[in-house]
Amino acid sequence: MANLKDKKESLDFVYDFYVKMKKNNINLAYEGEITHQITKAFTSLTESSMAKEDDFNTVQKKVFHVMVECLQNISKHAENRNSIVTSKDGRGIFMISKDDAEYNVTTGNVINNDKVDKLRETLENINSLDKDGLTVLYKQQMREGRLSDRGGAGLGFIDIARKTGQKLVYSFLTINEKRSFFVLTSTISRLKS
Amino acid sequence: MQVIKIKGSDDTPNVILDKENGIFEISGRSLPEDVAAFYEPILDWLEEYTEDPLEKTVFNFKLEYFNTASSKLLLDVLLKLEDMYDDGKDILVRWHFPDDDEDMEEAGEEYADIVEVPFEQVSYTID
Repeated sequence: MANLKDKKESLDFVYDFYVKMKKNNINLAYEGEITHQITKAFTSLTESSMAKEDDFNTVQKKVFHVMVECLQNISKHAENRNSIVTSKDGRGIFMISKDDAEYNVTTGNVINNDKVDKLRETLENINSLDKDGLTVLYKQQMREGRLSDRGGAGLGFIDIARKTGQKLVYSFLTINEKRSFFVLTSTISRLKS
Repeated sequence: MQVIKIKGSDDTPNVILDKENGIFEISGRSLPEDVAAFYEPILDWLEEYTEDPLEKTVFNFKLEYFNTASSKLLLDVLLKLEDMYDDGKDILVRWHFPDDDEDMEEAGEEYADIVEVPFEQVSYTID
């Protein structure tokens, strides 16, 4: 049982957390399993808040696209640290922040180190392409790629790059010799393109 | 042939495959939890339809949103139509998109590039 002092500290933490969220314009932050239900709940929550803000339809659709692909990436690819409980859905952190100019969708999840090089290569390849190059890659992957057991089409990152029109911003942080933490931020401009 | 009629939801599309009335349509949103399972009966139906299709098949896509996993399965649907076209059948794909949705219009153009089948883009206005 936590003593009174610990409890008091945890309340302070809540306030710090709140202040940090406000300061960084974070509208939504979640850590846990990313199930289909969670994906639906977050997208519909964000949709209604965007509708209230009168964001352009095109912006709303792009945010929706990026959210779905990011959430499904975690749900399909994240390594579950707690391997005793076998779960079909991956877990990770998911955040949305917003200011006057843009929306940022950020995801973070644990991956095995032996997958880092391959993933980095995929992301760098996407970042090296322009709009037409991405279209070619998307079409090629759709034709030649196979749906994985988990229902991934290998198109998510390409789609995010295409919908946002921006380079993928990501980082791999080493946890230990086996695992790393993969963070990806996608930015959607709120201004009409 | 049996009619497939699936009422759409916030994550699955409306689907009508009705040979008798000549209605072939996928519309709405597509981001099912299990895409392969959702599209399996549709692809099976089309496989069977391929054996004895109507004189002319007009297939309507009127999607509001689909995720990348669905895009792969939609291609599989189009490939079935391409098979019929290759066999000399009269096939027309009508791809409907909201007039302010460039991404959906582009998605149609891309499918039209990938599959060899008569393809018509149709824009519509949302109130």
